[in-house]
Amino acid sequence: MTNIFHSAWMIPLLPFLAFALIGLWLHRWPKISAGLSLAAIGSAFILSLLVALKIFSGHPGEFYKMSVHWLNMPGLQVDMGVLIDPLSALMLMVVTIVALLVQIYSLGYMKGDPGLASYYAYQSAFAGSMLGLVVSNNFGQIFVFWELVGLCSYLLIGFWFGKNSAREAAKKAFITNRIGDFGFLLGILFLAIVFGTLDYGELAARVPGYHNLAVLIPISLLLFCGPVGKSAQFPLHVWLPDAMEGPTPVSALIHAATMVAAGVYLIARAFFIFNSTPQVMTLIAMVGGFTAIFAASIALVQNDIKRILAYSTLSQLGYMVMAMGIGAMTAGMFHLMTHAFFKSLLFLGAGSVIHALHDEQDIWNMGQLAKKMPFTTWTFVVGALALAGIPPLSGFWSKDEILLGAYTGGHMGLYLLGSLVAFMTAFYMFRLIFVVFFGSRTPENHAHESSPVMTGPLLILASLSVVSGFAGSSLTDNWFAYWITNSAVVHHEPNMSIMVISSLIALSGILLAWIVYQKELISHQSLRQRFAGIYQLLLHKYYIDEIYAWLIKFLVDGVAHFLEWVDLRIINGAVNGLAKCTGRLGQGLRYSEDGQVQTYALYMFGGLIVVLVTALCAVFTALA
Amino acid sequence: MVGLSHYLILASLLFGIGLYGVLSKRSAVAVLMSIELMLNAVNINFIAINRFLQPAQTTGQLFAIFVIVVAAAEVAVGLALILSIYRLRKSVDLNDFNLMKW
Repeated sequence: MTNIFHSAWMIPLLPFLAFALIGLWLHRWPKISAGLSLAAIGSAFILSLLVALKIFSGHPGEFYKMSVHWLNMPGLQVDMGVLIDPLSALMLMVVTIVALLVQIYSLGYMKGDPGLASYYAYQSAFAGSMLGLVVSNNFGQIFVFWELVGLCSYLLIGFWFGKNSAREAAKKAFITNRIGDFGFLLGILFLAIVFGTLDYGELAARVPGYHNLAVLIPISLLLFCGPVGKSAQFPLHVWLPDAMEGPTPVSALIHAATMVAAGVYLIARAFFIFNSTPQVMTLIAMVGGFTAIFAASIALVQNDIKRILAYSTLSQLGYMVMAMGIGAMTAGMFHLMTHAFFKSLLFLGAGSVIHALHDEQDIWNMGQLAKKMPFTTWTFVVGALALAGIPPLSGFWSKDEILLGAYTGGHMGLYLLGSLVAFMTAFYMFRLIFVVFFGSRTPENHAHESSPVMTGPLLILASLSVVSGFAGSSLTDNWFAYWITNSAVVHHEPNMSIMVISSLIALSGILLAWIVYQKELISHQSLRQRFAGIYQLLLHKYYIDEIYAWLIKFLVDGVAHFLEWVDLRIINGAVNGLAKCTGRLGQGLRYSEDGQVQTYALYMFGGLIVVLVTALCAVFTALA
Repeated sequence: MVGLSHYLILASLLFGIGLYGVLSKRSAVAVLMSIELMLNAVNINFIAINRFLQPAQTTGQLFAIFVIVVAAAEVAVGLALILSIYRLRKSVDLNDFNLMKW
């Protein structure tokens, strides 16, 4: 058998090819387009599987690299290539599995949509870009694909562009990401200037020997801007909840499992840079931790099923970033993987509910769906249990690893914060479940179970949510950490008491949700009234959007008004004033002309005299 | 003894009289005549300088003949212009010819 690595470059290329074919010729036949897109991502999945098998049958630290020059000029060389190591092989698997399942699911969810062909074209383009990002071997390439996934995200959020809210959300996502990406690009250029290369391998060799913190800290901070935008960390988190305007499978794939995790992946990739600046690592941990608790608290009171999941995603991304910041890179990547499975499961389950209820998204208009949609209900519950961190589901192992890292790393505050977030997570997820699937209310609806093409992916993702956690558990001697390793990564032996405590925390969150929303022993209406101030604050997402709107109105519009004034009065004034001056001067000088040839001849003669006298003076002074 | 400077003084006087005529005469014909005076002042200069500074050569004399020829052509054109404008304005007074006035 030939070396499968030599075919690795085809993994991102196949979906791109499908995108080009659909976009150019096949878009008139939606079914063929969908089939082609599925075939492309399916083949990419098989290739990724083979690549992953090959890399995981070798030794940790082994990698395959291939690259060609793409852009070459003095001082900057950007390659396009493929880097296959355990980290990227893992991401390849996660991305292709979720993308494949989401595309299958979309066959049911998007059935009959007039834009089905372009939907699949965008899906293919996204898959290609994301895979290209994953296999990048240098910062230049990752930036190109980083922008491409942002573009695909924009296209898919605004897929139903007839809706004004979808258009606005797409623009918001794109513009907010630009802010982060600008910092990221500056960081990359900074790297190129300081180290003269963008290649991960060469940088990894040079950065540890470089001790000028005054240069390294700005680089790390600027590079971190990219993940802040793409992984929606505070304060650039505002785009992700609005991105839920896109079709639900898109939310599952892009805004839960893959693209938003790209930021975390980037931190893992560039871990050697971040790790050389402890100050920035602390900042990363704090930003991640703050985002985790900030978003979890907002999720407690939201009423839109997708928004609850979106804030949950924000919170979990914060968890991963926090893990990176405390040096527990392995734990962060592990949580990224498990989260990709259970969060896409939750989104697809939510999509199944929304589809069955004809685009109803308010959880208070749902209820007792468990009888009508048993399959969706139970897979959703599995996903929620995994997210809440109930053993032995996947979320338990990965969340536990992060908490363990925080605890043994001496970050007591972050450990407590993480535990609080875990409690909130369990509570809001089971609030959602009890209100939507159980409860005592019986609203009028004619829900029915979704078709097998939608429930099939749910089943596969549910099983992955159950088993994927064992990869990083002590049952398999932490197979995960054995592969995804780095000399700087903090790693700790499992701690039984932390496991028990985190399970108890999750269980108590579920119990509280059960008491409030299922048994209704405590009325949530009265709670809402008693804590009206906090409730309003959370419901309005801490008024961050309003603050941004005010800032933009006040600062941007204010500066714009001032600059308009400067332009009109000072710049235009200077130009127009000059013209007016010239005009006035001309008007005045007109009166010196009397039209007499003899007057002109006199002037000419006078001029001649002046010239002659000047010339003679010059000659005589030169002689003298 | 008559030297170069005498000729030059004569030429300057002639040129000055011509210039004065060009600038002050009201009649277009008089202005043309004044221009002739100025040209002839230049001719005297040419001849005198040729005679006193480079007697072996004839460049100055040739130039003088040149100027006389050009002056004849100039007078022809000038008189034609004056005739033409006379037919238009019934006048040869330069004060009446202020077409270029603001």
